[in-house]
Order: sequence, then structure tokens, then C-alpha cells
Amino acid sequence: MNLALRTRSLGLAAGLASFALPAHAEASAAGSYRWVTFLVFAAIILITMYVTYVAAKRVKTASDFYTAGGGVTGLQNGWAIAGDYLSAASFLGIAGLISLYGYDGFMYSVGWLVAYITVLLLIAEPCRNIGKYTLSDILAYRNDPKKTRIVGALSVVTVSTFYLTAQMVGGGVLVKTLIGVDYEVSVLVVGVLMLSYVLFGGMVATTWVQIIKAVLLVAASIVIVMLVWTPYGFSLPAFMQDVVSDPKVQARVAALLGDPAKNMTAAELGQRFLGPGLYFKAPIDQISLGMALVFGTAGLPHILMRFFTVPTAQQARKSVVWAMAIIGGFYVLTLFLGFGAAKLVGPANIAAVDAGGNMAGPLLAQFIGGGPDSFFGNFMLAFVSAVAFATIVAVVAGLVLASASAIAHDLYVGVIHGGETVPPQQQVRAARVATVLVGAVSIAIGIAAKGQNVAVLVALAFAVAASANFPCVLLTLYWKRCNTTGVVAGMVVGTVAAVGLTLVSPNLTYPKAVRAASHKVLDGEAAKRTAIADLIATGDASAIAKATKDTAALDKAVTKAKADMAKVEGQETSFMGLDKPLFELKNPGLISIPLGFLAVLLGSLLGRDKRSEDMWDEVYVRQNTGILVSKASSH
Amino acid sequence: MTKPDSIDWGAIIADPRFQTLHRRKTTFLWGLMAFSVIYYFLLPIGAAYYQDLFKTQVWGVINVGILFALSEFIVAWGIALYYSSVANRDFDRMAGEIAADFAKRSGGAA
Repeated sequence: MNLALRTRSLGLAAGLASFALPAHAEASAAGSYRWVTFLVFAAIILITMYVTYVAAKRVKTASDFYTAGGGVTGLQNGWAIAGDYLSAASFLGIAGLISLYGYDGFMYSVGWLVAYITVLLLIAEPCRNIGKYTLSDILAYRNDPKKTRIVGALSVVTVSTFYLTAQMVGGGVLVKTLIGVDYEVSVLVVGVLMLSYVLFGGMVATTWVQIIKAVLLVAASIVIVMLVWTPYGFSLPAFMQDVVSDPKVQARVAALLGDPAKNMTAAELGQRFLGPGLYFKAPIDQISLGMALVFGTAGLPHILMRFFTVPTAQQARKSVVWAMAIIGGFYVLTLFLGFGAAKLVGPANIAAVDAGGNMAGPLLAQFIGGGPDSFFGNFMLAFVSAVAFATIVAVVAGLVLASASAIAHDLYVGVIHGGETVPPQQQVRAARVATVLVGAVSIAIGIAAKGQNVAVLVALAFAVAASANFPCVLLTLYWKRCNTTGVVAGMVVGTVAAVGLTLVSPNLTYPKAVRAASHKVLDGEAAKRTAIADLIATGDASAIAKATKDTAALDKAVTKAKADMAKVEGQETSFMGLDKPLFELKNPGLISIPLGFLAVLLGSLLGRDKRSEDMWDEVYVRQNTGILVSKASSH
Repeated sequence: MTKPDSIDWGAIIADPRFQTLHRRKTTFLWGLMAFSVIYYFLLPIGAAYYQDLFKTQVWGVINVGILFALSEFIVAWGIALYYSSVANRDFDRMAGEIAADFAKRSGGAA
């Protein structure tokens, strides 16, 4: 993991972007209130441990371990999906983006909800009717089981590892910022805790940890939003009016716009915060990102896996509808969390603690509770921090379970042992061994990737899921001619296209470009200093005030330019040996998703597979009627 | 339990009721899917190319962009509820009849 990734990244997880924290800027509770933080953390860990203890007794077979025996209800699964999906990137990141960039942050949240329409209409029910434990089960049902399980498992492990690394690094930094322990220790704590849930409690414990986390997250958000919104009598225009009238918000917009802001009035600047374009600058990139979200979610292995935990297609449908209600409701709340944080805490103060804005939610909680010197303020901060911690552990648990099932169920049982001949105890043992393996590797990667910008990895996970997994699953379910060759081609081409395009995209650091940009700032420094001196020479009070502000901005820009230069010292080309990006989009979806579909289409038309054709009738009847579904969930 | 291999799946496909279910589901699902994708992409396209429209204030300081983004939530929930009401009412009943028939036949054969 030595990718020198660009710091200011417009990634999917813009949330977990630039977690480059200055050492002094920690949001942790003041020393005298540290015990509150520990108490709240301990309470949440104890509850989840108790759940795991109870769950462990119920996990006897592979079906229990992977899918909770198919005994989860639609309502429970809806909460668990929300718990699995609302990762730190979406929970902390979107509130942060809104607090720093206004409208664009809110617009960004929409794609995360719309993604579930694809899941609901095309994927959830057929998967429940045909699948058993993993994504590859669906592919292997009508195609060559060994070949599709191998490519399917590889893709699942790839997607999950990208996502997992982002979560581990984000989690490590988050816990470090919030409670002040070392990065390595926080990664280890997240890893060990997650491992104990999955290892002992399997899907039963994972499901309950996700449900508990989602309930806590929604409850905390509702309390904060109530406190933020009540003074306005629950009027949206009154609340927004106050946000745009705030000098902190207006100053932020002026800083974002730069020169064009000079001729704008304070009111215009504030109003601009509610308009698009402060964060997203390249329209095509934004559409590409939207495609990765809307089609990628339906190919995320840890989300697909959740549909095997319910007994019927009806319950799968019900769980998506509940998940959409919870996830959508949460994003509507982030509108208030984000704008509330901008108004009350102020964008500059939020960015000072974390440049990516991730601390907007926790800081708002502290403010609304009475500030850093009050008991309730610190309690609120501790509570939101503990929820953020639970969020990471719950998401990581789901990801590890998905990877472990791909390794144990698809590769070990399916490919090495050729299917169902493996005795049940041995299957569970294989699942547990794979879990420990994946968990240990994820802790190691998390520690090794310290200090790296991992935002691009979440974007990459969605892009691979949308370009490889989604076309293969969709066409296997709905296209009669689809066959093994098509699925293998789609998995390979989709993954290679998404990863390859990202490696030559502007997401990586290009030393020559960085040096050129820094030189430009440094070369212009003298002229700007002269201009400032001229301002001071006028003796006019407002001119001097402006000169002071300009000096501060210039000093900051110069320091940054020097730091950037130092970072790329001695480097000539990017990680891939390039002077400049070959591919201009930061998100590969626009190109890689059509390529993935094309590969499945061409592969299927060129190759022939009698089994894929013979099994079509069975797959199509079963995915539509649920006939024999009991076979899949019984054990 | 009946073995999947011994079942005449082609016969179920040929069943006119299955054909009706298949036809209705195909039109309904892909129609809704196309609508939701188009409606979603209007948001980033509008935010990128119709900024003046999005910045037009309509309700106090609230502008078209915010209302349109909020409408995305309403539309997504609307599609979810509409789909599940149709599926719960029609598709489940039609699939249930075919499955019940199948169970009766295979039960009789065994």
C-alpha cells in the first residue's frame, strides 16, 4: 500500500477524505470529562458483547454462520441493511460535506438512497429465491460452478478489501481523534472487537450489532436535529434563513469562491451556500460517481449477503423498503445536521479539526449539549463518538463476513471440495478460519496504510461492484443467453477497467503537476506582497483590514505549497510512472460500467455453455416464483 | 423434497399464467427502473448545467435545487411503496398460484 494518493480527493468517500489531522486538533473530550467518554464506549461494547454471547449459542451450522439460518425478519433486516450501509463515510462524511460546501453535500446524499431502487426492483428478490450464502451462489447456479466461483470470490474479496481498508484507516483516525489513543491501538481495537463478533456470533451477532448501531445512530440524530430545529418552530425556511444570514457561513463561501466573491453582498454570499457547484466542479465526474453509486450498491457483496438472511422474497422486499425508509430518513436528518453545524459551529472551526469535515456531527453534538466545558456537551460528544465507533465496527464486521464466506464457502467448499460433500462442522470451521484470516489481514493493512488517503478506495469498491459484480449478477438473472464465458469476461474486464482507470486517473499524485502548481504560488508571492504593501500604504482602515486578511491567506498558501513540494521531493512520476493522468475522470464508472456489460454480452455470444442454457428455465422460474426456496434456507 | 433436475421447468414457463406474470413484471419493473434512473440523473445534470434555475428562490431562501433534491427522496420512497403494493397484491398472488399448482402436482407424483 504505497500509493501516493492525492490529498484533496473528490472521492465517493469524500467523507473520509483528507484525514490529515494536525496534532493539536483533537475533538476529544476535555480531560476532566474523559471518564464520560469511556463510560459510554464501555456501555455500547458491553451490550454488543452480550448480544454476541447469546448469538454464539445459536450458531451451529454454516447456514447459521453465514445467514443467521435465514431466520431474520424483514423489519430486522431493514435495520441491519441500514446499519451495514451507513458507514462512517456516509454518516460523518455527508454531514461534514454539507457543513463545508452546503448544497453539493446534500445533493451527494441522494445517490446513496436511489441506489436501493435498483436493489429493490431488480436484485433483492431474485437473489433470495436463487442464492444461498454468497454472491457467487447466484452465478454458479446456472454457469460453470468452479469457474464462476473463482472469479466471483476474487471480485468479492477485491471489493471488500478496498472498502475494508478505507473503513479500518478511517476508523483508526476517528477513534484516535475522538478519544485520543494511538492510531495503531485504535485499529487493533476495531479489528479485535469486530473479529470477536463475527468469529463467535457469525451472522446472528453481526445482524444484531448492525441493528443496535442503526437504532443508536438514528436516535442520536433525531435528538440533535430536534435541539437544532426547535428554536425555529420546525420551519424549514426560517432555519435556512438563519443559516444563510450567518457571518461564518458567508465567510466560508467567500473563501471558497475566491475572486468572484469580491463583488457579492453578504446576503448573496450566504444564499450561494444553498446553490450547487461549491464542491463538485466537473459535471461529467459527478454523473460518473452517480452511476457507480446507483449500480454499485446492488453489487456490494456485504449488502447482497443480507438478503440471504430472510426466509422469503416477500421478506427481502420488505427489508429493502424498511432500509430505504431508514436510510432516506437519515439523509434528510443530515440536512439539518450539516447546515446546523455550519451555522452553530462554523465551517472554519469544523475544517480546523478535520479538513474533510468528518467532525461536523460530533462537534455539533458537543455544541448543542452545552459546549466543551459542560457535562451534557461532553456526554453528547461521547455518545455520538461511540455511535461512530459502533458504525465502523458494524460495517467492518459485515465486510469480513462477506469476504470470509467467499473464501470458505466458494473457494474451499465449492471449488476445492467440489460442493456439498463437506460435513457441516467442517464448513463452520472453514468459515471461522477464513474469518480469522481476513480479520488479521485487515488489521495488518489498516496499520500499514497509516497516513494514506484512502478515500479513493471506497470509490473504487463501488466502481468495481458496479462494473463487474452488477452486470454479471443482473444478466445471469435476466438474460437467457448469458453464460460462463460472459460472466468470467465481465468479472475480469469490469474489475480491470475500474482499477486500471483509477490508477491512471487524477486521484494519484503527479509530482510534476504538484511542483508546477507550487511554483506558481511561490512565483506569484512577491507580486502579492507588493500589492499588500500598497494596500497598507493607503492608510485606509478597511484596506488595512483587507491587507491583514490577504497576508494570512498568502502565508497559508505559501506554507502549503512548500509542504506539497517537500512531499514529492525526488519524485518525477506518479505511482504508475506517469507525468500526468491518462484518464481525466476521478470516478471510472462512466466508462468501466458499460465495459463490464459489454464484456458479459460479447463473452456470452462468443462462448457456448450447455449448462448455462439448460439451467435458464429453472433459474427463471425459480427467481420469479420462489419455488423450492425452502430448500435454500432450510438446514 | 423434489429434486430440481426431475422438474419440468419448461412446462412451467409454457404455462400461460407464468407468461402473464413474466410479461407484467418485465414491463412494470424495467419501466419503473428507467423512470427512477432518469429522475435521479436529472439532479446532477441540473446542478451542473442549469445552475441559475437551481438557484432560483421559491420559498423564502429555499431554492429550486433544494426542493428538487428533497423531491428525489419523495420519489424514491414513492417508487418503493408503489412497487411493493403492486408486488404484494398481484405478483405474489400470481406466483403463489403457480407455486401451489406445482406443489400439488409434484406432491401427487411422489
